[in-house]
Amino acid sequence: MGIAINPLSGLPSSASAPGSKIPNPIRTSLTDHEREGSVIVNIGPSHPATHGTVQIVAELDGERVLRTDVHCGYLHRGFEKECEDHTWHNLIPYVDRLNYCSALINDFAYCDAVEQLMGIEITPRTRYLRTLLSEYSRLCDHLTCVAASMMELGAMTAFLYMVMVRDYMYEHLAALTGARVTYSYGRIGGLADDLPLGWLTRLEEILRQYEDFIGRVHGLIDRNRIFIDRMRGVGVISTADALNWGFTGPILRSTGLPIDLRKDTPYLAYSELDFQVPVGINGDNYDRYYVRMREMDESVHMMRQLMDMLPAGPINVDDRRCIFPPKTLVYNEIESLINHFKLVMEGPSVPPGDIYVAHEAPNGELGFYIVSVGGGVPHKVHVRSPSFVHMGGVHKMLNGYQLADVITTFGSVNMIGGECDR
Amino acid sequence: MYGKPLPVVPVTHEKTGAFEYITTRKDELVGWARKFSLFPYPFVTACCAMEFMAVSASAYDTDRFGAALPRFSPRQADLLMIVGTVTQKQAPILLKVYEQMCEPKWVMAFGVCATSGGFYQNYASLPGIDKIIPVDIYIPGCPPRPEMVIDGIMKLQETIANGRHLIVNDTF
Amino acid sequence: MHAPSMIDRLQAELATFGAVVVSHGTVVCHTEPPQLLGAVTLLQSQFAFDVFLDVTAVDWPNDALRFEVVHHFYSTTNKIRVRLKSRVPEAAPIVPTLRPLYGSAAYMERECHDMYGIQFDGNDDLRAILLYEGFVGHPLRKDYPKQLEQPLVPYRF
Repeated sequence: MGIAINPLSGLPSSASAPGSKIPNPIRTSLTDHEREGSVIVNIGPSHPATHGTVQIVAELDGERVLRTDVHCGYLHRGFEKECEDHTWHNLIPYVDRLNYCSALINDFAYCDAVEQLMGIEITPRTRYLRTLLSEYSRLCDHLTCVAASMMELGAMTAFLYMVMVRDYMYEHLAALTGARVTYSYGRIGGLADDLPLGWLTRLEEILRQYEDFIGRVHGLIDRNRIFIDRMRGVGVISTADALNWGFTGPILRSTGLPIDLRKDTPYLAYSELDFQVPVGINGDNYDRYYVRMREMDESVHMMRQLMDMLPAGPINVDDRRCIFPPKTLVYNEIESLINHFKLVMEGPSVPPGDIYVAHEAPNGELGFYIVSVGGGVPHKVHVRSPSFVHMGGVHKMLNGYQLADVITTFGSVNMIGGECDR
Repeated sequence: MYGKPLPVVPVTHEKTGAFEYITTRKDELVGWARKFSLFPYPFVTACCAMEFMAVSASAYDTDRFGAALPRFSPRQADLLMIVGTVTQKQAPILLKVYEQMCEPKWVMAFGVCATSGGFYQNYASLPGIDKIIPVDIYIPGCPPRPEMVIDGIMKLQETIANGRHLIVNDTF
Repeated sequence: MHAPSMIDRLQAELATFGAVVVSHGTVVCHTEPPQLLGAVTLLQSQFAFDVFLDVTAVDWPNDALRFEVVHHFYSTTNKIRVRLKSRVPEAAPIVPTLRPLYGSAAYMERECHDMYGIQFDGNDDLRAILLYEGFVGHPLRKDYPKQLEQPLVPYRF
């Protein structure tokens, strides 16, 4: 059997004991037993309920979890390194695949960062459209999270209902952007395309179907004895702990603190919308579930307001530094041809500097820290991903509870692998 | 090389018409049974998981093809669906799961990241899972539409139906 | 929004730790690694910066002080952000750890160490988090080639 040799060190790349064939990619910190008779088990990284690829090495005393060691990084795809090789435009598909459940929010947060660095202000129609689509993406993400958690508890029906609604939304977004899951719809300075005819009518139909299905899920789940027994009082985290360990988003709101970037530092069109920020009471799994359900309802309310507020007008700002000239000009004028050529081959030139812009993603604060040295290729694009920071603090919610609660707590944290590991 | 290729039957026995007829009928029967009762092991990593959930749910149902019931133990599964990017860190895990599965087993590469690495051509991502395990069907797409996944499952079912199934010894 | 006097007060207090500018609405302090703990303690105690957002590094390969370590903080009560930057050389890329002040620093410093090789003085758990055991090098440095793979499992072809 061949052994892989590491090209940089020249040594065999087997990190485990000599003689074993398959190397162990991690080194756990649980090397000795804290209590006599405890068992150290490994959960993941290929596991039905770890939502992708996370490994939890847990020390158990019977069924009780004493300590956990959470290992992420199994989906590290080199996003930052890839970004340094592509132009500012070309890396938008990579940005999409960070939080793939709500890909549009990643797009718009990144484009917002670059636009602020370039000093571009987007058109009013784009501003409202981006807000509408951000809330639409938030719906898709929360539907996916709650559906997956329900499936792990055994409530297959709730999963099927919510994935049905999510499927309608995917088809609807495919009519707008061309793709169901990873859209690459945001552009620096605007959007890829305007709304097709009849899109808003279909949106209203989908929102009504959503309300119908969610009503059924509420009826099945909310006061279900089994659900309450499994989720109430499980995975509790206090506000002080949550802030110390960097939790933001629904997890922080479930502890009772109404921190939401859409209200605190409004961006896009959020300052003109009327919405509430739902908060929980105890910071347990049930609160996180309910905060997400209420946030979905608030998103629908916001989308209905935005559908009335949407102004007419162009979607792309008239700035030749980043927006392609119209094709008729490209084929007839030499200046537009050169402009198009430069934008494609070299990328939009962003002035030197750095900026950090954060949006309220469904998981928490999604921040982009971009560094430019001028030119069309970024020097650095860093993502402050909420899931990664949550992985650092999730042990506070797992320790002390039972092994079966690891599944429910982990589902309520909504760790998205693409965002956590980048 | 890790893993076994699909069985190739060397002709060592006396080829009579009757025996070949029975073998063919047996292969058709076993192939029909196996293709309509696939137990997938969803080795789910990344964005393709969204389409995997969609294809398993009500709108595009894999249960119609017999391939809906996921078995999360490799010992009980026969179709290894690698859904999403496999990184260099995840590669040993994938190999371990593949080797723990019993014959007959089939491997489906779901999505371009599993097929060839997708557009992640860098130090962290494995450039296609066929670098470490043999693959039976590749489903491209980033992520593939559910109809493409079903098309892939149907093509795999065709392969299984037309294949050789050795159930007693290496001739029958 | 926050009162303008908050930004002025912040600028004045942070000026004792290094040069302060306001970049795109964020207060940025260019400080030195030895001053870092003092600045962060000030931010946490006096200005209620209770969320430690991020630590990352920027690689400037042509400069003598090659790595620029960047910390971001957010205050949930005052709703403002602040950025602290400090430069370290390649030979001794050591920055004090923020683990005693913020729990979330544990994983983020591990990631920064993985990607750039920044040593966090006081953080004894700098295991590989995004990369794996046996990976040699720090991939986000500009001199690491993007496609240099270090496979754990040998390829079939």
